[in-house]
Amino acid sequence: MLRRRELLAGSVGTLLARAARPAGTADPHGSAEILGTLAGKRPLIRRAFRPPNYETPLRDLVAPFTPNDAFFVRYHLAVIPEVDPHSWRLAVGGASAGHALSLSLRDLRENFEPATVVAVNQCSGNRRGLFTPRVPGVQWGNGAMGNARWSGVRLRDVLQRAGVAADALEIWLEGADGPVLPATPRFQKSLPVERALDENTLIALQMNDAPLPHWNGAPARLVVPGWTGTYWMKHLTAIRIEPKPLESFWMKAAYRVPTGAFPGARFASQENPDTTPITEILVNSLITSHVWGARVAQGRRVTVAGKAWDNGAGIERVEYSIDGRQSWREAVLGSELGRFAWREFSVPLEPAQRGSLEVAVRARSRSGLEQPQKLTFNPSGYHDNIVQSLTLEVT
Amino acid sequence: MRRTAAVLSAAVLLLGTAGAQAQGGAAGEAGVQLKAGAGREVTTSRCIICHSLEYIPANAPAMDRAAWQKTLQKMRERFGAPIDEEEARTILDYLSTNYARRS
Repeated sequence: MLRRRELLAGSVGTLLARAARPAGTADPHGSAEILGTLAGKRPLIRRAFRPPNYETPLRDLVAPFTPNDAFFVRYHLAVIPEVDPHSWRLAVGGASAGHALSLSLRDLRENFEPATVVAVNQCSGNRRGLFTPRVPGVQWGNGAMGNARWSGVRLRDVLQRAGVAADALEIWLEGADGPVLPATPRFQKSLPVERALDENTLIALQMNDAPLPHWNGAPARLVVPGWTGTYWMKHLTAIRIEPKPLESFWMKAAYRVPTGAFPGARFASQENPDTTPITEILVNSLITSHVWGARVAQGRRVTVAGKAWDNGAGIERVEYSIDGRQSWREAVLGSELGRFAWREFSVPLEPAQRGSLEVAVRARSRSGLEQPQKLTFNPSGYHDNIVQSLTLEVT
Repeated sequence: MRRTAAVLSAAVLLLGTAGAQAQGGAAGEAGVQLKAGAGREVTTSRCIICHSLEYIPANAPAMDRAAWQKTLQKMRERFGAPIDEEEARTILDYLSTNYARRS
C-alpha cells in the first residue's frame, strides 16, 4: 500500500497540502491518497473497495491518451459480472421501436458501419472532494476522468435498424451490473432521443484500439461525447426506445443540478422547476505537470503543462496568470486530437524570484464560455470547473 | 427483517475472497474497520451488505447528524437496506458520534 504523495512529492508536499490548499488545486483537502490495485489495472487511487471506485493518479493524466489500465473506475452497485462476449446479446426494443432486435458482438462488428471518436470521459462527480463546503458522495479528486479513442458503431445506426417512431422521447439504457439487494434500484439511465441520434454517440467495443477493459464496461458501453460519464452505460445489455420519461432513481433523484444554474444542453423530459439532470461537461482545465508545492529552480526554464477540455465546442484558448490573476497571457496549445478530446497546453516560465509562485490557468471554449473564478455550489458536488491554480516553490 | 439482514451479512462474509471479483475487487476491504463505540457492530453488519466501510470515514467531513439521518433514510427507503427502526436509531447515534464533521 503506497501513498501517492510520498511517491510524487515527498513528505514536504504532504505538509504543504495539509497546511493550506486553496480551491482549484490538485489535492482534495489534503486527504491521504491510498493506491490500490484492481485486476488488470495499474495502481490507482482507491476511493472505495466495493462498489469499486478508483481514480487515475495525476501522473497518468499526462499522456494524450489515458492508458486503459490507468483509466478510472466508477460503479454504484457491487454485483459486477464478468460478461461472456460470446453469449452476450444487446436487446433493442421499446414502445417506440419499429421492431425488437437481439444483437451479438459479431452482428455489431459485421453489420454496422464502424465509427471512432476521441473523447474525454469525465465522471459527473469529478473533484467533488475539492468542494467547499464538503458534500457527501465519493470524494473524487481530479482523476475521475480520462481521454481515449473509442471505437464501435453509432447508436443511431442501431436505433434506426430497429426503427424509431415519431413519438420517441427518450432512449432507456441498462447494463449488466446490479445491486446486492433486489430492492435496490438498478442503474438505469436515459438520454434525450436527439442526443442518442447524434452521430457522435457510440456503442463502443474498443478503447484505445483494444477491447474494453472489464472495469470500463466490457464488452460494450455507451460513449456520449461531451456529456458526463453517468450516461456512458457500461456492460450495455438493453436499449429501449420509449415515448415517455424513464422513472428511475438514477434519473429522478440522482445526478441532478439546480435548474438553470449551469450552461449546457437541457434534458427537457426529465426537468422540473427545481432540478434538472446534469448533462454536458463544462469548460475546464487541469495542470498535470506539477503537484501543488513542487520545487523549481530560480532562473531556470520550467514548463507548466496540462489539459483543457469542454463539451465538444473545442478549446479556443488557455490563459495563465503569474501575478495574482491581475493579467493573463496565452498559453501554447498542443495539437487537437478531436473536438471532444482534451487539448494540451503549456506555459513556459523562468521564475525570477525565490519563494512561492502561483500559476493560475483558465480555459475558454469556442462557444465563448470560460472557467469561472468562483464555484457554483450544488448539493451533489458537480461541475467544479473553477480557474485552476498551482503554487510552485521557487528555490 | 432482522433475520434477513443477518442472513445477508453472513452471505456477504461467506463470499469472502471467492466472491471478491464479482463483488467488485473487494479483496482487502476486510482490513477496513469502524471506530470502537456503541453501535459499531450493528452499523458494520448492515452497511457491509452493500458496500465496503471506507465510504463512512471518507464522507465524515461532509456529514452531521442531519446528513446521516438523510443518508440512512435513503439507504432504507430507496435502496431497501434491511434496517429496522431501533437499529436505525443506534446506527444514527453511532455515525453522528464517530463520523461527523467538527462544526
